[in-house]
Amino acid sequence: MKKMLDLIIVDNDQLNQNYILLKLSTTDGTVLPDMYPGQFVEVHVADSPSTFLRRPISVNYVDKSKNELWLLIQKIGDGTKRMAEYKKRDIVNLLLPLGNSFSTPEDTNSEVLLIGGGVGTAPMLYLGSELKEKGFKPNFLLGARSSADLLQLDEFAKYGEVYTTTEDSSHGEQGYVTNHSVLEKKNFSHIFTCGPKPMMMAVANYAHKKQINCEVSLENTMACGFGVCLCCIENTKRGNICVCTEGPVFNIKELKWIN
Amino acid sequence: MDKLKINIGNLCLKNPVMTASGTFGYGKEYVDFIDLSQLGGICVKGTTLYDRQGNDYPRMAETPAGMLNAVGLQNKGVDYFVSDIYPEIKDFDTHIIVNVSGSTIEDYAECASRLNHLDKVPGIELNISCPNVKEGGMAFGTSACSAADVVRAVRKVYDKTLIVKLSPNVTDITEIARAAESEGADAVSLINTLLGMAIDINKQKPILSTVTGGLSGPCVKPIALRMVWQTYNAVKIPVIGMGGISSWQDAIEFILAGSSAIQIGTYNFIDPTISVKVLEGIKNYMDQYNIANIKDLVGQLKA
Repeated sequence: MKKMLDLIIVDNDQLNQNYILLKLSTTDGTVLPDMYPGQFVEVHVADSPSTFLRRPISVNYVDKSKNELWLLIQKIGDGTKRMAEYKKRDIVNLLLPLGNSFSTPEDTNSEVLLIGGGVGTAPMLYLGSELKEKGFKPNFLLGARSSADLLQLDEFAKYGEVYTTTEDSSHGEQGYVTNHSVLEKKNFSHIFTCGPKPMMMAVANYAHKKQINCEVSLENTMACGFGVCLCCIENTKRGNICVCTEGPVFNIKELKWIN
Repeated sequence: MDKLKINIGNLCLKNPVMTASGTFGYGKEYVDFIDLSQLGGICVKGTTLYDRQGNDYPRMAETPAGMLNAVGLQNKGVDYFVSDIYPEIKDFDTHIIVNVSGSTIEDYAECASRLNHLDKVPGIELNISCPNVKEGGMAFGTSACSAADVVRAVRKVYDKTLIVKLSPNVTDITEIARAAESEGADAVSLINTLLGMAIDINKQKPILSTVTGGLSGPCVKPIALRMVWQTYNAVKIPVIGMGGISSWQDAIEFILAGSSAIQIGTYNFIDPTISVKVLEGIKNYMDQYNIANIKDLVGQLKA
């Protein structure tokens, strides 16, 4: 069930000059609604006159022991910059949980690869942690322009093997995620990915060629987040459908992305 | 709560708070957030005779205090509505108004006639004002003559409450309102979105796939309010006001300007509970100013 909730900022961790990690909890100690990897929230950004619509943000992680929701945010426009100024004990209004979630492979022995690009790595942390809890040994392949855009590496390392690529060779292998050597070394049966659309399309085409099951998380711009504005549509094999309700996670078989 | 009841044609709304087509889905999308039975009515998504895929992505651009959309009436057609959606929503304890659109006069009439027999749809809202479709839509709503033609054709086949939704993209909205009234419309609703556009200066391209789109949200409120006031003074049928309502104070302004009922649109995206908050605010305002009946407030703007 979707809810509109006021949550309290527990921590605003300034990861570097471009990224922040917000940790939120309930104001009265009630347990946060169940959220699944791949789902997102819509944040109402008060006190930012140029920010009219809510901002859709992926669930980065849910710390169930501390009853915390984590949101990884890249400072891009006025809305996200305002969010970066939030202080401990500030109250933020959210709609949550929204959208569908990544599926769980049947066989816990299967090799699963979680590919994130830039701030698109955000949902991969929660997905990885949940897969590990279910008995999988996740592999993370994280790509970015530069090492400053590779985030939460220590967190990822708690849940599986971490491989990185950067375009400027400042961390891990140089180049794009689809060129990383781990793709040749291991026999992956499932790929989950989130990041810039060109990266996800390259991953989808790679997965299709290798006959690997692949799910992608889309970030189409949206106004509502719960299926009424019909703005965030993706032109799929089933026609124009809402990313916010029928996604954001899609199996690549549903999309028209394969060359 | 009889003091909140308001009549629109033969339709008696339990209160004047409605939700606007295209911002409220089919109502069911909001049941997690609000109790729909509190609302006077809901206008469901624009429905056409045949299935429409709508326009290409991108369909949305945020603007200061508002947004542009270019959805283009994506819907699965009236027969799908009747067979698959209606059974799911017909028992909501509020009035369900179907917003009807078309590319030709015949399409409008046929679509309306297929809704005529639905017991739990006591009225339709004729959309002659959608700016996002190439054919029909707003083209019918920008001249008094073509607006009259559509309303006349639909009135012949539709027996229940007929509301005509007007476009603000005209020189004189009162001419169109009068044309609708003279052809038997039971009420007019206004305003639909204002035609606008937005440009991505880095790509030097329009943001919307259709170049232009419909502007809505708080930024359009002063224009909407002016048009409601002008229309209220030009016709005898009830006026349903909308355009940027985001608070109960906004709703009161629209009622004072001449709205018998109001519709809340874009702000439902920001606060899906706004409609019930507006209703609560209207009640409190009536108590504060000792207003015995909402009808006593309609059009009571002091000169």
